Amino acid sequence: MESGLAMTDRCKGVRSITPREIKTSAITRTVAELCLKANLELDEDVLAILKKAEQAEESPLGKEVLRDIIENARIAREERLPLCQDCGIVVIFLEVGQDVHVTGDLYEAITEGVRQAYTRGYLRKSIVLQPLSARANTGDNTPPIIHTEIVPGDRLKIACLPKGAGTEMMSRVIMLKPADGRKGVIDFVVDTVRQAGGNPCPPLIVGVGIGATAEVAMLIAKKVLLRRVGEPNPDPEVAGLEAELLAKVNDLGIGPLGLGGRTTALAVHADVRPTHIATLPVAVSLQCHSVRHREAVL
Amino acid sequence: MDAIRITSPLDDKVIEKLRAGTRVLVSGVVYTARDAAHRRIVEALDRGEKPPFDLKGQTIYYAGPTPARPGRVIGSIGPTTAGRVDVYTPRLLAEGIKAMIGKGSRSPAVREAIQKHRAVYFVATGGAGALLSKFIKQAELVAYEDLGTEAVRRLVVKDFPAIVADDIYGADLFEREQAKYRREG
Repeated sequence: MESGLAMTDRCKGVRSITPREIKTSAITRTVAELCLKANLELDEDVLAILKKAEQAEESPLGKEVLRDIIENARIAREERLPLCQDCGIVVIFLEVGQDVHVTGDLYEAITEGVRQAYTRGYLRKSIVLQPLSARANTGDNTPPIIHTEIVPGDRLKIACLPKGAGTEMMSRVIMLKPADGRKGVIDFVVDTVRQAGGNPCPPLIVGVGIGATAEVAMLIAKKVLLRRVGEPNPDPEVAGLEAELLAKVNDLGIGPLGLGGRTTALAVHADVRPTHIATLPVAVSLQCHSVRHREAVL
Repeated sequence: MDAIRITSPLDDKVIEKLRAGTRVLVSGVVYTARDAAHRRIVEALDRGEKPPFDLKGQTIYYAGPTPARPGRVIGSIGPTTAGRVDVYTPRLLAEGIKAMIGKGSRSPAVREAIQKHRAVYFVATGGAGALLSKFIKQAELVAYEDLGTEAVRRLVVKDFPAIVADDIYGADLFEREQAKYRREG
């Protein structure tokens, strides 16, 4: 057939790629494992940072709180108890290689992984189906929030961030004017942490997204929370901003759980994106001391 | 400073001794209630109905536990942010609630009501739900089962560690301690 021939001609010279198959069962299993590990085991890096903070903390009450947090992580790991009773709303960041083919429904596979972890793993179910009057609990902590990015390659990266409400409630976004500049950014971030006080369970990781548009700034603020705690941004200017923000936030005196002290944040993670000539969007997303994020590559 | 052992329900003599910063070990009975349960209790009171438990003299723990694994009394159970129920708290204090356990600071209206009704607000370590589960000896569902984790539960606790945050004298632990470490330029 002519059309068939034309199609073949058109395809000449195009490299043929066989998509790499990933089964939904593997995705479900991986998501369930990530949810459980995140909720039950505090990362060793975070534990080491908390132990250093406990040594350095001047406030006796702050020190006690940090010791409680470290002891809590030990009990959680040994007795398979969630680090925190708020096992969060599950936020999933996907990086899907464009040469990946998923056999089946990708989002349903992820949702099923969350369902299995939360129902079989004795995790708390904290999701209501409708946010207004009904607010009926879905009973299995689904649906999760899924952010998808298409990237080159044939891998599927799944990052899992169970987000507790104590911190999520303190998220803020602002559209600054370009004239507000760096100082405007600093003032907004510091003020957000000040207003949050003890509510988001400090010591915190402060996520800051700068640039793009209102919704992307917030997405960046959340995504930087996935970074290894305390690892600076590769851009020296942004890394400098992170360091200045960390010092300013810790000068607030809020301290562990808001009971006073030097350790209000363990780290500030920031990132920047291109933006419109007229805008300077800034978003802040906070992570509590119970740093629960895990990732896997399939 | 050593912790003092107190028993809930608390009597006024004990409450008078509690000052912001006092460490306590709470034993006895406390009831869990979060946002949704508060709303239902206040709605019941507004309709002239009885609340699901006698509020007089009782302690509310702002907490929603994880499910208990087999053989356990309860799962992880740390405090949730108290500020979210501030809108309901003065009413409950007027109805006889004497103590609250949570995390984070309270509104000026709640602090006033704490003084007026001679009550106390304790903080426990937020995000230490596994650790705090050790101090819960019994748990029993009392009301609003459909709310799942947000249902009202009657807990029997033994030496549950907390610190007085707001007392009947108007002192606030958060303000006082944060001011000591603030370095704002």
